[in-house]
Amino acid sequence: MLVRPKAGILDPQGEAVGSALGHLGFDVRDARVGKVIDLELEAADEAAARAEVEQMCERLLANPLIESYEVEIVG
Amino acid sequence: MASPQPRVGVITYPGSQDDRDALWAIAALDGEAVPVWHEARELPDLDAVVVPGGFSYGDHLRCGAIARFSPATAAVCEFAAAGGLVLGICNGFQILCEAGLLPGALLRNASLRFVCRDVSVRVERDDLPFTRRCSAGQTLVLPVKHGDGRYLPPPDLDPGQVVLRYLDNPNGSVEDIAGVCNEAGNVLGLMPHPEHAVDALLGSDDGALLLASLVDAARDRVLAAI
Repeated sequence: MLVRPKAGILDPQGEAVGSALGHLGFDVRDARVGKVIDLELEAADEAAARAEVEQMCERLLANPLIESYEVEIVG
Repeated sequence: MASPQPRVGVITYPGSQDDRDALWAIAALDGEAVPVWHEARELPDLDAVVVPGGFSYGDHLRCGAIARFSPATAAVCEFAAAGGLVLGICNGFQILCEAGLLPGALLRNASLRFVCRDVSVRVERDDLPFTRRCSAGQTLVLPVKHGDGRYLPPPDLDPGQVVLRYLDNPNGSVEDIAGVCNEAGNVLGLMPHPEHAVDALLGSDDGALLLASLVDAARDRVLAAI
C-alpha cells in the first residue's frame, strides 16, 4: 500500500527533495514524499484481501486526517 | 485537617523518557506521583493522569501510532471519557491525538530539524483545570524538544479549544498552536514540557503553574468526593 501526505498539507520533506533535485539540474515542479508498506497475507480472494488491508489502513497504517492511501494487490 | 494529596498517575511506555521528570515534578508540587506501566489494563485509583514525553515504541510508523493501542492508553481513554483529568506532554500529546482524545495531528517540524530550546507561549484560557494558576494573556517560558511538533488542527477546530500559542513558533504549527484541549476541557495536550520547568535553577519555573493547577484541580476532585 502507498501512504501519501494529503493534498494541501505542507510536506517539508518533499520540498527538500524537490529543491535537491533542482540543484542537480532536474526541472521538478513539485515533490511529495510518502511511504510504501508491503504486507504479506493469506486471503480467500482479492476483494477479501483489499477489505482487510483497508481496515488496517483506517485503524493503524494511515492517519486519515493527514494521509491518503492506496491499496495495490499483487500475487 | 491536612489537605489531601491527590494521586496523579504517570504512564511509562517502552521509550518514554520524561516519565521520571513528570513523577518528580508532581511530587515536588505536593501531589502523590503514581507510576503506571503501559501494560496496565486498568488504572489504579487516580485523580489525574499525565501521558509523558519521549519516543514511545520508537515512534515507528507515526509518533504515538503504536502507543495508542497499548492497554494503558485504552484505560486512559476510559478515564477521560468518565471526565478524568488527562494531560499529554509532547509524545503524550501525539498519543492523545492518535487516540482521538484530542483533535488534530502532529507532523514533522517545518524546518525538518529537531528543535531543543526554550520557547515563549501565551496562555489563551485560564479557566481550565490545567491553567487555573495562570491568567489569560500571560507568557510562559517552557522548553521544547521535538522533531514532530507541527500541529495541524482539523478544519472544524473550535478556536476556544486553543489553550496555548507560541510567540516564537519553533515548528511551523498552524496558527502558532502549542496546546489544545478537548471540547469538555478535561484533556489537554501540549508540545512544550512543563515538567522540565518547575525550578528556577533549571531556567524557568513557569511549568509549575500548569502542573500545580493540575494538582489543585485533582485535589478539588478528592475533596468533592469526601
